[in-house]
Amino acid sequence: MIIAVSSQGQELKSPLDPRFGRATHFIFYNTENDSFAVLNNEPNLNAAQGAGIQAAQAVSRAKAAAVITGHCGPKAFSALQAGGIAVYLCKENTVEEAIQAYKKGRLEQAEEADRSGHW
Amino acid sequence: MRLAIISGKGGTGKTTVAVNLALYLQKEGQKVCLADCDVEEPNAHFFLDAAWSRENRQTVAVPEINNTKCLGESCLQCVNECRFNSLIWIADKVMVFPELCHACGLCFFLCPVQAVDESTREIGLVRHGKGRGVEVCGGLLRIGEAMAPPLIRRVLKSTPGQGIVIADAPPGTSCPVMETLRDVDYVILVGEPTPFGLHDFKIAVELVRKLGLALGTVINRDGMGDDQMEKYIRHERLPLLARLPYSRKAAAACSRAEPLLEAMPEFKEIYRNMWENLQKEMQAGGK
Repeated sequence: MIIAVSSQGQELKSPLDPRFGRATHFIFYNTENDSFAVLNNEPNLNAAQGAGIQAAQAVSRAKAAAVITGHCGPKAFSALQAGGIAVYLCKENTVEEAIQAYKKGRLEQAEEADRSGHW
Repeated sequence: MRLAIISGKGGTGKTTVAVNLALYLQKEGQKVCLADCDVEEPNAHFFLDAAWSRENRQTVAVPEINNTKCLGESCLQCVNECRFNSLIWIADKVMVFPELCHACGLCFFLCPVQAVDESTREIGLVRHGKGRGVEVCGGLLRIGEAMAPPLIRRVLKSTPGQGIVIADAPPGTSCPVMETLRDVDYVILVGEPTPFGLHDFKIAVELVRKLGLALGTVINRDGMGDDQMEKYIRHERLPLLARLPYSRKAAAACSRAEPLLEAMPEFKEIYRNMWENLQKEMQAGGK
């Protein structure tokens, strides 16, 4: 399966980006073969509004089954939910650590957004 | 004649100037309507002790997708062209986030198979009334609604076509203020002569110039702060229509929602001069 991790860079060693919609990159990690692909999220980063749901759309298009990020707002959360994509919120420092934590079952699936909407 | 009163910085005295100018003009026998365009925190009606006689609920048209007609992934024009990011393609469906929609109507127009139906989002109220002999209208944004400009547009559309309309703008220099400045003949910029006041005053001057509108200035609470605002006004060759003195008595009257013209008759002369200066500027084709 593919996991989308919000990242501040293009490598597995990159710091995890705590923001979902306005993360600088997404790393799409394939758990079957431990390969990954990178998506530059810059267009969303600078969007006036709707960054969270655009990121959800991007994650869905990449066929990810789960998202690991720091925080998630209500609109992004409802979009991910509609797409059947599980959300895991974590405090891990790097993308790699977050993936390891997920693999070891240490991350709990979020049941709701942990941030309120903003404009 | 359509006037707008703006300030940049909040709390400089837009509403004070708008209300008292309206009262002055009404007493001079002019037909005047005060339009409170600060739909997020309207307060001009307090100073006029106004009662609302009409309240109309306002809605905007937002999209709702008819999934049986939608062409789906092969099209996605609505999703791709919405500059407000209000629609996404997820779980093999177009998902709409109406709270992000600016009601521009592009998706209705673009859809090749008319699969975008019209739903509505309530944005607030437009109200009409009268207080102290002055006709008042204004808007009240629905709690939770983030976008003021569509409601401001409705408020201004509901003003009379004749007589003098005074639009009391919201603070700042962003979209709600620009919406208030649509179709006005003259802009009165009220400033507070402090460093913070001057900072925002300059931004407001830039905005009005960019929009190519005629501009005059008023210094409120003249005597507080420093002389930098006046220097700036002179340097930029902006008309100074009036100075309203810094006065504890005026502040006390404002805090009781009493119009200054009634609490302090000496202000009448200042408003008379302001109005005369403004008319001279307009005749001279002020810039």
